[in-house]
Amino acid sequence: MTTIARPAPATRIAPTPFDLAEIERVRVNRSAVERRAASLPGRRTVKNEWQAAWLLRAITCLDLTTLAGDDTPGTVRRLCAKARQPVRHDLLAALGVGGLGIRVAAVCVYPNLVPIAVEALAGSAVSVAAVAAGFPAGQTSLRTKVDEVLDAVAHGAGEIDIVISRAHVLTGKWRALYDEVCELKQAAGDARLKVILAAGELGTLTNVARASVTVLQAGADFLKTSTGKEQVNATLPIGLVMVRAIREHFERTGQRVGFKAAGGIRTAKAALDWLILMKEELGDAWLTAERFRIGASGLLSDIERQLSHSVTGRYSAAHSHPMV
Amino acid sequence: MPTVADLFAQLSYGPAPESAAPALDWIAAHNGRFGHFIDGAWTAPAQLVPVVNPATARPLAEVSLGGEAEIDAAVRAARRALPGWQALTDHARARFLYALARGVQRHSRLFAVLESLNNGKPIRESRDVDIPLVARHFAYHAGWAQLLEREFRDWRPVGVVGQIIPWNFPLLMLAWKVAPALAAGCTVVLKPAEFTPLSALLFAEIAGRAGLPPGVLNVVTGDGSTGSLLVRHPEVAKIAFTGSTEVGRQIREATAGSGKRLSLELGGKSPFIVFADADLDGVVEGIVDAIWFNQGQVCCAGSRLLVQESIAERLEAKIRARMETLRIGDPLDKAIDIGAIVSPVQLEKIRALCERGVQEGATCWQPSWAVPTEGYWFPPTLFTNVAPAATIAQVEIFGPVLVLLPFRTPDEAVALANNTPYGLAASIWTEDVSTALDLASRVKAGTVWINCTNQFDAASGFGGYRESGFGREGGREGMFEYLRPRWEDEPPPAPLGAAGRGARRASAPTLPPIDRTPKLFVGGRQVRPDSGYSRPVFGPDGTLIGEVGDGNRKDIRNAVEAAHAAAGWGSATPSNRSQVVSYVAENLATRADEFSARIVQQTGVSAAEARREVELAIERLFRAAAWADKYGGAVQATPLRGLVVAVHEPVGVIGIVCPVERPLLALVSLIAPAIALGNRVVVVPSERHPLSATDLYQVIETSDVPAGVVNIVTGSTDALAAVLAAHDDVESVWYHAAGDRASVERLAAGNLKRLWVVTRPRDWIAHGEGEEFLREAVQVKNIWVPAGA
Repeated sequence: MTTIARPAPATRIAPTPFDLAEIERVRVNRSAVERRAASLPGRRTVKNEWQAAWLLRAITCLDLTTLAGDDTPGTVRRLCAKARQPVRHDLLAALGVGGLGIRVAAVCVYPNLVPIAVEALAGSAVSVAAVAAGFPAGQTSLRTKVDEVLDAVAHGAGEIDIVISRAHVLTGKWRALYDEVCELKQAAGDARLKVILAAGELGTLTNVARASVTVLQAGADFLKTSTGKEQVNATLPIGLVMVRAIREHFERTGQRVGFKAAGGIRTAKAALDWLILMKEELGDAWLTAERFRIGASGLLSDIERQLSHSVTGRYSAAHSHPMV
Repeated sequence: MPTVADLFAQLSYGPAPESAAPALDWIAAHNGRFGHFIDGAWTAPAQLVPVVNPATARPLAEVSLGGEAEIDAAVRAARRALPGWQALTDHARARFLYALARGVQRHSRLFAVLESLNNGKPIRESRDVDIPLVARHFAYHAGWAQLLEREFRDWRPVGVVGQIIPWNFPLLMLAWKVAPALAAGCTVVLKPAEFTPLSALLFAEIAGRAGLPPGVLNVVTGDGSTGSLLVRHPEVAKIAFTGSTEVGRQIREATAGSGKRLSLELGGKSPFIVFADADLDGVVEGIVDAIWFNQGQVCCAGSRLLVQESIAERLEAKIRARMETLRIGDPLDKAIDIGAIVSPVQLEKIRALCERGVQEGATCWQPSWAVPTEGYWFPPTLFTNVAPAATIAQVEIFGPVLVLLPFRTPDEAVALANNTPYGLAASIWTEDVSTALDLASRVKAGTVWINCTNQFDAASGFGGYRESGFGREGGREGMFEYLRPRWEDEPPPAPLGAAGRGARRASAPTLPPIDRTPKLFVGGRQVRPDSGYSRPVFGPDGTLIGEVGDGNRKDIRNAVEAAHAAAGWGSATPSNRSQVVSYVAENLATRADEFSARIVQQTGVSAAEARREVELAIERLFRAAAWADKYGGAVQATPLRGLVVAVHEPVGVIGIVCPVERPLLALVSLIAPAIALGNRVVVVPSERHPLSATDLYQVIETSDVPAGVVNIVTGSTDALAAVLAAHDDVESVWYHAAGDRASVERLAAGNLKRLWVVTRPRDWIAHGEGEEFLREAVQVKNIWVPAGA
């Protein structure tokens, strides 16, 4: 029987030199991307035991997230409790996975709530991730961003989700984008650096691809789609463009950079589609929390209900599962 | 059964089967044995032959082998149904087509499962591609049925239609055939493919349930012999065939001289062209859709991958990686990309061609995984190190086999793309819109997909150039395949009376006239006939009025070469062509008296009648000049975000064989639209009255018509028509003489050129122009251009 290892200290991704030619060589055909993204969920599906297993895997890749103005220490503690025990014991036992130690990958909060989360998750394998760098708009000075990252790390965040300056992309300042991420990477130190492209605000898929290449050159540990606050968040076409950039980067450098889909992923079916996307485009090496995350909050409830259906054969009500 | 914990560790795909039960139940409800569907009822099953599930090699059902009696019964039923079907209002026929569309939708999953069981194609394709397109095709043609009288005022349904369809898209090909035929007011005898008859039988049942009148749609199952009986049946007015080029050629020959109309959708070896600036990951998925869709058993499969050399290696690596992730297996599994090959015969053909490829020195690559053992399977295959001359680069494989050929420049890509007898489809991948559109216009193909592939829609006609056949299915252009000009129902025109026979003898001149030698007109020059012989031309009273060159096969050969050398005419601007044709009219007008006199001299009609013919010829030229810049094509209303543009391209070099009558008017009525729309012509003028044509070249010479655009070869009509029909570099022949149409049609089978044969006498005054002429002067190329910033 397999058990989940504690996440190993993040594999360090090393920056590579800035290469403008590589960024500008990128070509993305939107219609072709959309066609692939649209057909993928129709080409692959998992049923029965396979579906249950895949949904459990999705849980272990979850960054359980709360990023609201009315977050309090109390709500964060509740979230952490759910992170430790994301699915009812009886369901896990019935599925025969009680011993696997199923829990989410991380809890993701604003920097000021990091100490609360660290305390609440002490002794668990769940990481604490902090959003930083002027999240969500990224409209603060680089110095402020650096300070914010340093602060979050100092308080015990093992993962930092930074946002990029969209203006660098929209005005074609690729070097500035590269430098910004490099500097924040340095500030993050040993913490895993997830870089949010806020893809929904970059205008075109070509910009998403070019931003991906730039951020990969700067040594991001993860590319992340969205803050969850943009008009358009994690869509399969956006994800497809980003994971293809990750694949190219791997082929060129041998470094396996992770991918995080965040924003708007609410259903078990959507979570499966993302796992399928990862498996098809990047392969099995990208199917663990080490290299794949889903940032969400409500998603977990739907997965629980699906797992309950797997066990009982009956459709489940939301109130049958412990709330966050 | 693996445990959830094991599966959690593996994260593999499990089985996801679609149930076969409803389809098997339907077969069982027929006791596993099917008769034919004739005159709205099932015949008793007889002469049974097995239908096999190619994924298991086990029998699914038995169907009847149709013979002479069944074909005859079906054709007679269709014939009986014809008057009633045509008597319905457009709206009534539209309601029936609408009901068929809805019937397909209501039973969509049953159709999809049955299709996958019988054909071996993945359920994802039958469910997501084939069946939705079928429903769409009937719905779209319900629209044409509704608009028939309004939009096709000058046309009539052709009558009873025999349709023979292939096994690769059994129900979709049925839809492509049946929907336009019914919409046009025809009745149908359909012969489904020997291997895949089941979905057609289910469709017949559902059509019956929809209340389609008995005899309007008849389905007779069987093999090639059944199809052959249908092709030869004298009561069938038209044959529509989709299948191999070889069988298409046989049908062309078998129907020669019968008066049957014909449309053929045949093979292909379609290019898939990738430029260095393409989105290569998008390209890879395009390749999957191009050659691994339906196991590559697609007439328009992108089977020749032309890759710009600078990225060939990178793309090849990406393709191989992608091939590893393709999944082959049970067609009813929802997570399968590649299903079974339809039959052992087809499998053997694919194997043999691949072996040939290896023998000829190409490198064969297949993914590491194995194919199932039971049933008929072939893995996706990539050939590299392939020379353009290799068998696998030339011959249609009709399987999941891709050959890669590198190119350096756009010109070389075009040359390689067009280096095939086929011309069905092409796919062009580049992010540069100028390159894409340039290639789209230069590739010889009925459908061009830019940055996409294998896109279909009822609104966009599908069909080939060259040996990929002729005729279109879908779109407005496809409706004409089931329509004939209304004037054919009129009584033939009365023969023109010779007036003043022998009355115009001139009195003896003081000086003898200067002898004139009408020559052939080839490549812009007046040339002597190769034979060195002349033919006498007599007036109506039998007196010798001149002598013209007796053209032979070499003169035709030279004329065709000259016409090809004038290819620039096809890319001249429409306004330029319009101006030139108008200028011909202008110069003809200045010599109207002379041309009138010549008509009188040759035919003996009255001077007034001759004058009328000349005036009308001038008007025809003006009319053609008017159309030159107004018949460019249309935008097709498909679901694609972007543009689907139907471009009217010139056919190329057209051989025009003129009737005896109306020596000037018929000649001009035929030449004018042909050249106005960019074709070059080799004309065989009226055999009996050729002097109007030999006079006309002097007008052409003075009217800025580029050399080679119009070539005139006088001589024996049928001898010269035979040479034109047999010439593989002539794209179309318009045969309007009253002679040996059978020979022309038989000989045209060589390169499967388009034919426009009208032997019924035509009133050239009343019916010598219009859409009937224009559409013969163009071929429709549908270019798909998806948009997306």
